[in-house]
Amino acid sequence: MIRRLLQAIVVMLVVAFVAFSLFQYVGDPVQLMMGQFATPADRIRLTHELGLDQPFYVQFFHFVVNALHGQFGVSLRIGKPVSVLLAQRLPATLELSICAALLALAVGIPAGVYAGLRPNSWLARTAMSASLVGVSLPTFLIGILLILVFAVKLGWLPAFGRGDVVHLGGWSTGLLTRTGLESLIMPTITLGLFQLTLIMRLVRSEMLEVLRADYIKFARARGLSDRAVNFGHALRNTLVPVITITGLQLGSIIAFSIITEQVFQWPGMGLLFVQAVSYADIPVMAAYLCLIALVFVVINLIVDLLYFVVDPRLRVDRPGAAGH
Amino acid sequence: MTKPLLEVRDLRVEFPTRRGTLTAVDGVSFAIAPGEVLGVVGESGAGKSLTGAAIIGLLEPPGRIAAGEILLDGVRIDNLPHDAMRRIRGRRIGAIFQDPLTSLDPLYSVGRQIIETIRTHLDLGDAAARRRAIELLGEVGIPAAGQRIDHYPHQFSGGMRQRVVIALAICAQPQLVIADEPTTALDVSIQAQIIALLRRLGRDHGTAVMLVTHDMGVIAETADRVAVMYAGRIVEIGPVAGVIRAPKHPYTAGLMGSIPSVVDDRERLVQIDGTMPRLTAIPPGCAFHPRCPHVFDRCRRERPELLDAGATRAACWLHAPGAREPSLGSRSTKVGS
Repeated sequence: MIRRLLQAIVVMLVVAFVAFSLFQYVGDPVQLMMGQFATPADRIRLTHELGLDQPFYVQFFHFVVNALHGQFGVSLRIGKPVSVLLAQRLPATLELSICAALLALAVGIPAGVYAGLRPNSWLARTAMSASLVGVSLPTFLIGILLILVFAVKLGWLPAFGRGDVVHLGGWSTGLLTRTGLESLIMPTITLGLFQLTLIMRLVRSEMLEVLRADYIKFARARGLSDRAVNFGHALRNTLVPVITITGLQLGSIIAFSIITEQVFQWPGMGLLFVQAVSYADIPVMAAYLCLIALVFVVINLIVDLLYFVVDPRLRVDRPGAAGH
Repeated sequence: MTKPLLEVRDLRVEFPTRRGTLTAVDGVSFAIAPGEVLGVVGESGAGKSLTGAAIIGLLEPPGRIAAGEILLDGVRIDNLPHDAMRRIRGRRIGAIFQDPLTSLDPLYSVGRQIIETIRTHLDLGDAAARRRAIELLGEVGIPAAGQRIDHYPHQFSGGMRQRVVIALAICAQPQLVIADEPTTALDVSIQAQIIALLRRLGRDHGTAVMLVTHDMGVIAETADRVAVMYAGRIVEIGPVAGVIRAPKHPYTAGLMGSIPSVVDDRERLVQIDGTMPRLTAIPPGCAFHPRCPHVFDRCRRERPELLDAGATRAACWLHAPGAREPSLGSRSTKVGS
């Protein structure tokens, strides 16, 4: 566990370094901020104010220390601290991602289990064929098609934005208002569909594999009920690999929300990032990069911990337990 | 024989395939008395494991019972609805599989798996089931059962796991245990222990055992009667002493000749020429005739049914009334080429 933590720290440092390197190589923020009519004196003053005249390693050191305090500097485009900007945008992205992940799990796992238990039923076959669409259609296309049908043609759902939000402390939520919920539906489907089909196909193939295992045959020979065999034994064994993939997929849901947020003009971190890229707003980009890396690292750690809960083979034997 | 516990009549197991139907078990009939140990022996592919699977209703699709009857205590069980059959499995017929390493669910402690099985079949509370599970583990020879009960399968050795599997098979006190190659995956030294355990449990609880194996030695040590299978059919069945000392079917005689013996002073073991036919190409007449040293005309044309042959019954024309008296090899005479 300690080794895992150390690895995580190394990963974060590498990402931080990459993020930091962006400052050195991408565009000239001073040029962008001042416009073409700035005087050289103004330029020097701003360069100094932004700390861009210091040596490379000093800048990196400051960067890491500040990052640890949640400080990623001031947005070059908006002029507000990046941490404030991200904090404003974080709830929107998290709500969207979590809803999409819940959708993917809540539909993907039961559908996969069903398709695994009844691989020859027409429903399972239909779902499997349909899932190919989910796997192969690009996210933005699904989003645009949904907007076309449900917002433009039918007018049932809003085409963009987050609807009305309610502020609870520092957290803005769209889950408590009608328009907020309505606005959430299409982005959630768009973002969750790919993961849903992936999880479903994964659960199905794992389930088919596990159902062939000797211990399932033996469980049946012991006269256990179908329920106990399918859910108590088969599903639980299926979940070991599914947890890995699902965990990693949750990370990519947050990362991939960039595209969905762009399509639906969802005011989350992804949209902030896309806008930051077009302005070479490097503090925002760097902060976003570090945040996503952090999300992945944390999810990986959680996945590792879940393994220990699910699979007894990974638990260290208690003293005296082994060696009989 | 007393009223049989299990009776199999003319059992036929088929596998529909794209290129026609394969008959893997063909017209197999036998009976097991209460408390009796019946050995079923044969090469891989002879249909012995499938016969066992058919009895407990766990043939893997597309395999199916195409004809015949299976009776437990005089009641047909081969056509029972799914759920009724499930209640027989584990409760009245226990099963032991070949590979103890893969027979247990790796994610649950052995105790939990035993308690789960006990509570499925018997009306016991959790605490009572746990006490019984500990008793059972002790009975199958697991030391410190009280502590071991909470351990996971990966914490047990192969032989110990097979003991756990046996405990699982007998935990609801079934009348019959079908043991499919219970010792094949184990070390020779542990094989003997497991066989002794099976025999003791059978005796103590009056449990009948159908012991499926390809190991004649195991049969000789354990079984009361033995059925020899070849290419989906029983070719000889009878008391174990008779079959081993005076085999009546040339195939059985060949099998006996291929067992090393410490008593006899032979230089070479005998082997049966050729291999068992594939299911797609079972020869007409007696399926064994292409390999049989005593083959004559009738064997190529007609298929023999089981015929009385002294102490045993053998499916061989040599024992047809009026046929020339056969002189088959036994443990001490040479058979084949």
